Amino acid sequence: MSRYFIKRLLQIIPLMLIISIFVFFFIHMIPGDPAKTLAGVEASVEEVEAIREEFGLNKPIIVQYFDYMKNLLHGDMGRSLKSNLPVTEMIASRMQYTLRLVFAGILWAPVLGIFIGVICAIYRGRALDHAGMLFAITGLSAPGFWLGLMGIEIFAVRLGWLPSAGLDTWKGYVLPSLVMGTGIMAVLARYSRSSMLETLREDYVRTARAKGQKEFIVMFSHAFKNSLIQVVTILGLQIGGLLSGSVITETIFSIPGMGRLLIDSIFYRDYPVIQGLLMIFALQYVLINLIVDMLYGVINPKIRYD
Amino acid sequence: MSEKLLKVKDLRTEFFSSKKSSVVAVDEVSFELEKGEIVGLVGESGCGKSVTSLSIMQLLKDTPGRVTKGEVIFEGKNLLTASKKEILNIRGGSMSMIFQEPMSSLNPSMRIDRQMIEGICLHTSLSKAEARERAAKILTQVGIPDPQRVLKNYPHQLSGGMSQRVMIAMAMSCNPQLLIADEPTTALDVTIQAQILELMKKIQKEQGMSILLITHDLGVVAEMCSRVIVMYAGKIVEEAPVEILFGNPTHPYTQGLIASVPKLGSGVKVLPSIPGSVPDLSSMPTGCRFAPRCKYASEKCRQQEPELVAVNDKQKCRCWLKQ
Repeated sequence: MSRYFIKRLLQIIPLMLIISIFVFFFIHMIPGDPAKTLAGVEASVEEVEAIREEFGLNKPIIVQYFDYMKNLLHGDMGRSLKSNLPVTEMIASRMQYTLRLVFAGILWAPVLGIFIGVICAIYRGRALDHAGMLFAITGLSAPGFWLGLMGIEIFAVRLGWLPSAGLDTWKGYVLPSLVMGTGIMAVLARYSRSSMLETLREDYVRTARAKGQKEFIVMFSHAFKNSLIQVVTILGLQIGGLLSGSVITETIFSIPGMGRLLIDSIFYRDYPVIQGLLMIFALQYVLINLIVDMLYGVINPKIRYD
Repeated sequence: MSEKLLKVKDLRTEFFSSKKSSVVAVDEVSFELEKGEIVGLVGESGCGKSVTSLSIMQLLKDTPGRVTKGEVIFEGKNLLTASKKEILNIRGGSMSMIFQEPMSSLNPSMRIDRQMIEGICLHTSLSKAEARERAAKILTQVGIPDPQRVLKNYPHQLSGGMSQRVMIAMAMSCNPQLLIADEPTTALDVTIQAQILELMKKIQKEQGMSILLITHDLGVVAEMCSRVIVMYAGKIVEEAPVEILFGNPTHPYTQGLIASVPKLGSGVKVLPSIPGSVPDLSSMPTGCRFAPRCKYASEKCRQQEPELVAVNDKQKCRCWLKQ
């Protein structure tokens, strides 16, 4: 297991290298010139050229890539073209907000989603199943921005119970966590329902019943654990999505997280910041996938890594 | 006449595709099982043998199937009207079951000891440690040489034959009166099949339990059973002691089945087979269900369904030719 883990960790290196190539060259393919954006509309050709020179933007793109990678290996992601702050610092200060948001979302959503899915599977075809799935489909269909705006309108503006922006008190987390978690909850409800239904048809569930085991224990001790494999995969992908997809929540609730930083940086063609953020997002995805793969082995002893 | 352990009377199991539309998978099935007897339930795939056994055990949950008529009387109690608690006590206790696919019948994420101890603790007052001891003892009885190691294993670490031995051990762990074995050797290769059948016979003799052996393999029936029930398209078509059934089959379907068993040294190049295939449950022929495939079928067979009647004091048959 540990050998496999180390092997997987080492595999991250070439993977990140390939990702860095794609990220770097795709960003430079975005139309627009950061030097011109930085210099302003009225700047002269010389001024723009000076900015290019200063940030090394006039070098051939291959050279720029190698310069970037050399710095990156030293832990230096460069400086923002816009604010001249080190990118690592910028990302670090923003990351905590995004992580807080993601945590607020995954604190309740997977638990509720899996619970709804399992209950729906157990009561398949009955009123509870239909109600649960209606709830899930509603959650899946409601766009995050709409949920956020409706939440602000009702709970912040009309009722005044919750703040409409910021994460200063625990109350501030309620609405963002709702927006972050609803999608995950809905997706997991649907997946865990179908996964549980599939498991309930397995022979070993029948064996457990044939032993005279109580239905509750058949469901939870025999069926539920085995139904989790599919669910964990989806959960991993969803959390990965949240880490890089909190843009809307951050924008609606004015939270200075990584998503908003990304949007701002794209507007300014702030190459180093965009690159840094995309690399971090990719790394998070890769790490979460690794964790999911490790969890498989815990859930199903048949899956052993050596 | 010895005591009856199980009486199935006029059992009917339907599979519902909606509230109103259903197909009848098992119909008018009645038979009895005496204490200490091994009875074979044979027929082609889809003839309702497994559904009959699941109906007896009431394991049709999570299938669209439901018993809609009849009685299953086990040790004097009608299981179809018994409370849930009574059923749970009987299942795995005095009546247990083994299945066709031993590999998929064990929970892949649970070690063998937990799976065995679970059943023992449900039906006895043994502590977990005592239950583990009993599990190890039974594993030895079913021919597992290193029970302590097997108890610590996960199902995927066992072979098919080993898994079926574990399943049998699990089924035997609470000294059942009746073991329902649903194609217990179908998924195993031939040498293992013989070992498992031998083992079942041995345990049956030692403990004096009854076995309802469900199979499509007439060889297995000849080897194991004292009495045979032949099912076709959800109904019993013939019932007889094993030697009579093989020596003098009365129903054309049984005759066809026996004729299609290859015989050593017979010199026959082409094996006889029954033409046609089992009718679809949703479009059963009127009259005798076997009529469309029967070479003796007359107009009467196609219009009226025969009853299962005694053709002599030991044999019953559902055929107009014998009534």
